[in-house]
Amino acid sequence: MRGGKALPLVAAAVFGAAPLVLPGWVTFLLTLAVAKSVMVLAIALLLRGGLVSFGHGMFFAAGAYTVGMAMKWGGMREAVVLTFLGVLAAAAAAALLGLLIARYRGIFFAMLNMAISMVVYAVLLKLYWVTGGTDGIGIRTPTILGVMPERESLRLVMYYFTLVMTLPAFYAVHRFWTSPLGFALRAVRDNEVRVEYMGTSVARVIYAAYVLSGALGGLAGILTGFSVGHIVPDLAYWTTSGEFVFVAVLGGPASIPGPLVGSIAFEFLKSYAYKYAAFTWQMTLGVTMLAIILFMPGGLWTIYEGLARQGRQWRLSWKRTG
Amino acid sequence: MQTASFRTSAKCLLALLALAGVVGGAMGLAGPPWAEAQAKPAELKIGIVSFLSGPATVFGVPSKNAAEWLIEKYNREGGIGGVKIRPVYADEAGGAEKQVAEFRRLVLDEKVDLVIGYISSADCLAVAPVAEELRKLTVLFDCGTNRIFEDSKYKYVFRTKAHQVLDSVAAAKYVLSVKPNVKTIAGINQDYAWGRDSWESFRRAMLKLKPDVQVVAELWPKLLAGEYSAEISRLLVAKPDVIHSSFWNGDIIGLVKQGAPRGLFSQSLVVLTAGEHMLQDVGKDMPEGVVIGARGDHWFLHNANDPLHKEFVDGYRARYGRYPIYPSYHMYQAVAGVKAAYEKAMKAAGGAWPSLDQAIKAFEGIEYRVPPGRTMTIRGDHNGIEPAIMGLTKHDPKYPFAILDRMMVFPAAEVNPPLGVKSNDWIDSWKK
Repeated sequence: MRGGKALPLVAAAVFGAAPLVLPGWVTFLLTLAVAKSVMVLAIALLLRGGLVSFGHGMFFAAGAYTVGMAMKWGGMREAVVLTFLGVLAAAAAAALLGLLIARYRGIFFAMLNMAISMVVYAVLLKLYWVTGGTDGIGIRTPTILGVMPERESLRLVMYYFTLVMTLPAFYAVHRFWTSPLGFALRAVRDNEVRVEYMGTSVARVIYAAYVLSGALGGLAGILTGFSVGHIVPDLAYWTTSGEFVFVAVLGGPASIPGPLVGSIAFEFLKSYAYKYAAFTWQMTLGVTMLAIILFMPGGLWTIYEGLARQGRQWRLSWKRTG
Repeated sequence: MQTASFRTSAKCLLALLALAGVVGGAMGLAGPPWAEAQAKPAELKIGIVSFLSGPATVFGVPSKNAAEWLIEKYNREGGIGGVKIRPVYADEAGGAEKQVAEFRRLVLDEKVDLVIGYISSADCLAVAPVAEELRKLTVLFDCGTNRIFEDSKYKYVFRTKAHQVLDSVAAAKYVLSVKPNVKTIAGINQDYAWGRDSWESFRRAMLKLKPDVQVVAELWPKLLAGEYSAEISRLLVAKPDVIHSSFWNGDIIGLVKQGAPRGLFSQSLVVLTAGEHMLQDVGKDMPEGVVIGARGDHWFLHNANDPLHKEFVDGYRARYGRYPIYPSYHMYQAVAGVKAAYEKAMKAAGGAWPSLDQAIKAFEGIEYRVPPGRTMTIRGDHNGIEPAIMGLTKHDPKYPFAILDRMMVFPAAEVNPPLGVKSNDWIDSWKK
């Protein structure tokens, strides 16, 4: 359990200090990766219950477009208020859709999510005069608690804003996974009938997980929108959702740090693939995915877990011999 | 137990974050040292972004080819005031978010001196604010949206071409000259911003120039749908005199190959406002008498004897086996514009290498020569204006594809809004 205590501290130190030593473009990639890790966390949350969503991009878009519209048509600039508003909108959408979707499992769950997200995509595309169609909406620099960040420190401020906003999300999922509801979700994956016999409502468990993951998706969309500065309907397109599932598998969905690790690895992999293989970057991504599935089915985080286990055994054997 | 320990660590984490935030903020406020590099650099590093994968490679690759050819030519001739140009090519595929990240990487990691790029309007709109933030000269070379400089003002961003209103207005004027008694019009355009904006400008211009014209159908197939049997049936029933389409890429081939056998092209006068770039691909299947636009005056047979134009067409053809198409010309205008601006700034500074501000000042209002042997003007709003050509397809035994007949050239002042006037307001202000 030693690792469990030290890990958040080490992570906090590393993430807090990172932009002070890293070049600007890496800080930006890190901001994006941290923002999107919340989305991956949402996917991982559902994966724990044995549910795969190929349409979570719709919550991503719901959050981002709520902020975009509030800025464009409502003239709002305050990041904290906008974030709250966006998360609320995404959670409300998930609460409404969950009434229907939480009744389905397996391929039907995946496809229903995908179908609805494609409807959202089409609406964002067709309402050209409101949403700007494929041209999208520009997200201007927001004020943070009433303060307008300076141009020179903007990236740094956005990085720390993203980091601070991400913390409650990770904490909430941590609490959810260690709560009775979280254990029930794991049990649902193993045997639904038994959970019902124990007197727990499966529908309620899945509904709660769905609403939470929808809200997280919205938060990820908002933070991504703020850091990129421009949002397009592609956020709701099914390949975007597929990419998040890819990243969840890449990082390892069974742990809390997995989504974060996967998200960071993916952003950098993509960026370097662009840099060194401008013509074949998609192939680089595909080959990496194949390698992960074949040789590391538990995701990147299993490397750390394996090392940690080995380290513990080492220490034990050291004590015994010494 | 575990929860309690998590809570303590969460507190520490917050404290650390706050500390890091303060330190980071202070460092950020001090600002990076923006050196005014006046000494001549060893090379001028230009990031060049265009589609190298996906369907839009029909624009991306011909424009990259033009950049490659032109930069090699300039370097052979001594570069810009003795400074050689070094291009860094990047792929535009992957969406606006990826392009924002890529732009930052080009500027902060590759340390390019400037960026030329962007075919998609969404990418242009997303990248422009980042160019301002990073204070990096950025030349948009091909995207068509008029929103970019009509809705915002930028200091570091230029576009060395005219926006989409030029194609639509020229098309309306050309249609009225070849078919003055047009009564009904219809549009078939891809359902996204470019298609919507193009049709809106064309429809507006037609109704203004001939108020008794009726719109009988507005069709919005999906981008890259490829299959248009239902839309063609609708158009055959509606029998419009004129059909407007701003299709590009394989969609043009789809419309031509599916529409021609069913008589669409003999029933109506079809206008393909961006048709020039697909003529070499459609080949002999292209019906005669179709109105073709070139998003400017970019046509390899236009003014073919001009030495600058001839050199470009012959050089490009010898190397890549095809004739240059309009994105190639747009790239030429961007690279030549950068060279002209730097040379103008050097001249003003008495031969010294210009600072970024001097280069930008020189870029505003600059005039320089481009193929097909005319002057390119970048106005004070950082947007270029161009003349436009329109013509009717005709087959000629000398070429394996249709060429343009009955070509008309519209001077820049006739097809671009005056400086500071928004496109739609400009069209609405026309007097019959």
